[in-house]
Amino acid sequence: MTLRFISCVLAVLFPMLAHAETVRMAVTTSFENSGLADVLLPPIKDELDLDLQLLVVGTGQALTLGAAGDVDAVLVHSRAAEDAFVAAGHATHRREIMYNDFVLVGPSADPAAIADATTAIEALQRIDRADAVFVSRGDDSGTHKMELSLWDKAGIAPDDLGTSYQSVGSGMGAALNTASGLNAYILSDRPTWLTFGNKGDLVLLFSGDPALFNPYALLPINPSRHSHVNADAVARLEEWLAGPRGKAAIESYTFDGQPLFVHSAVAN
Amino acid sequence: MNDLSQGLAEAIYRVATLDPELVDITLRSLQVTVTAVVIAAAIALPLGAWLAVTRFWARRYVIAVLNALMGLPPVVVGLIVYVMLSRSGPFGVLGLLFTPTAMIIAQVIIVTPLIASVAHQALRDLWSEYHDLLISLNTTKRQRIATLLWDGRRALLTACLAGFGRAIGEVGAIMIVGGNIDNVTRVLTTAIALETGKGNFSLALGLGFVLITLAIILNLLIHSLSRTERSNLW
Repeated sequence: MTLRFISCVLAVLFPMLAHAETVRMAVTTSFENSGLADVLLPPIKDELDLDLQLLVVGTGQALTLGAAGDVDAVLVHSRAAEDAFVAAGHATHRREIMYNDFVLVGPSADPAAIADATTAIEALQRIDRADAVFVSRGDDSGTHKMELSLWDKAGIAPDDLGTSYQSVGSGMGAALNTASGLNAYILSDRPTWLTFGNKGDLVLLFSGDPALFNPYALLPINPSRHSHVNADAVARLEEWLAGPRGKAAIESYTFDGQPLFVHSAVAN
Repeated sequence: MNDLSQGLAEAIYRVATLDPELVDITLRSLQVTVTAVVIAAAIALPLGAWLAVTRFWARRYVIAVLNALMGLPPVVVGLIVYVMLSRSGPFGVLGLLFTPTAMIIAQVIIVTPLIASVAHQALRDLWSEYHDLLISLNTTKRQRIATLLWDGRRALLTACLAGFGRAIGEVGAIMIVGGNIDNVTRVLTTAIALETGKGNFSLALGLGFVLITLAIILNLLIHSLSRTERSNLW
């Protein structure tokens, strides 16, 4: 009786022991909020027999999780931070998987007239001149880093924008909710914007500048740093994502007939 | 208003069709929180009774601290448990981060002071009634604690239900230590946060209604099983 009770308690406490091979991957909120995760997880489970467990966080936190060894791989979108991560020895290498682009979203009346801008930098300068409200992710994510680099190139310090610059410190979806509530401008990745359910008065106003290119890369965590990392399974996952099956799955995810992510990995 | 009615419709539809995903995360919510409350009660109830029957110089300070800890901010508890369980933390070798066990640990820490404090307040009044009798019967301290726990069971049940209420609706700590992984650590509250992030307010509200209904049903069930509010006081 006592033995049975103890085994029941253990079964409740450790329900994961009997599972198939698992890989933990920290991904950006745009990866999950866009809905791509729901498309990729079932074939990965079927074809690789891998339970891919996703931790949905900003790029900054994803890299921190990777450096601490709390995940087996990281899939993020911030080139400079990724290169520094590999250089520091946290990851074995960087494998680019796919890309899409960032878009500038704002109120349909477009008080700053960014729809007429020719570059993303000019669009931000127009937002600054019109003193229009801009919502920033403010969470050290890939989108946040991209936004900061654009402000920097535009020669504007966000701190000088005062109350019209609202830093919310949350994920892409939560930030879009805030922008929708404030009827403000915001930088978003295209898939999350298209699939977002609470657009309100917001519309896509500016896109297409090459500066808004948004590549996503896989960073397998270095097993010589963290011996518990499931490096073999991550290698199989990487080959699958980079190969023809991954390409087909990623590009099968469309919204209104447009693919949301473009596969760009070169197969070995 | 539209979102609210859609959310209600969403909740009714998913409950009526026994949506497998909803059943899954609801059961996981219950599994984590019930386990946490059972463990917390096993620690907190004897602690509360012990504090009621024992007199020592630091007693009032212990009670003051316990009362203060009732308001422990879950997000801070989550952060501390996270740092402890991280692979680069002191308990990293256990590999418990981002598992239901980590969520249970965090919730035990959050609800134990609450249950202990409420239990102590209830048993202190009972102890003042029983004091002369139990002393004159020459009972041991262990017997006094056992008597208080048994005779005060109705009040202690309320203490446990308060703990359950705090734990089932909590999102800050379990989001950090559980990571909201689909099929592994996603529970009702973290799913609500996720769907809100996607702008799916109707689904998020639907899950919220399920959560509230669940808490009400569980409370009613426990009250009817333990026959409180029916016969005489005890």
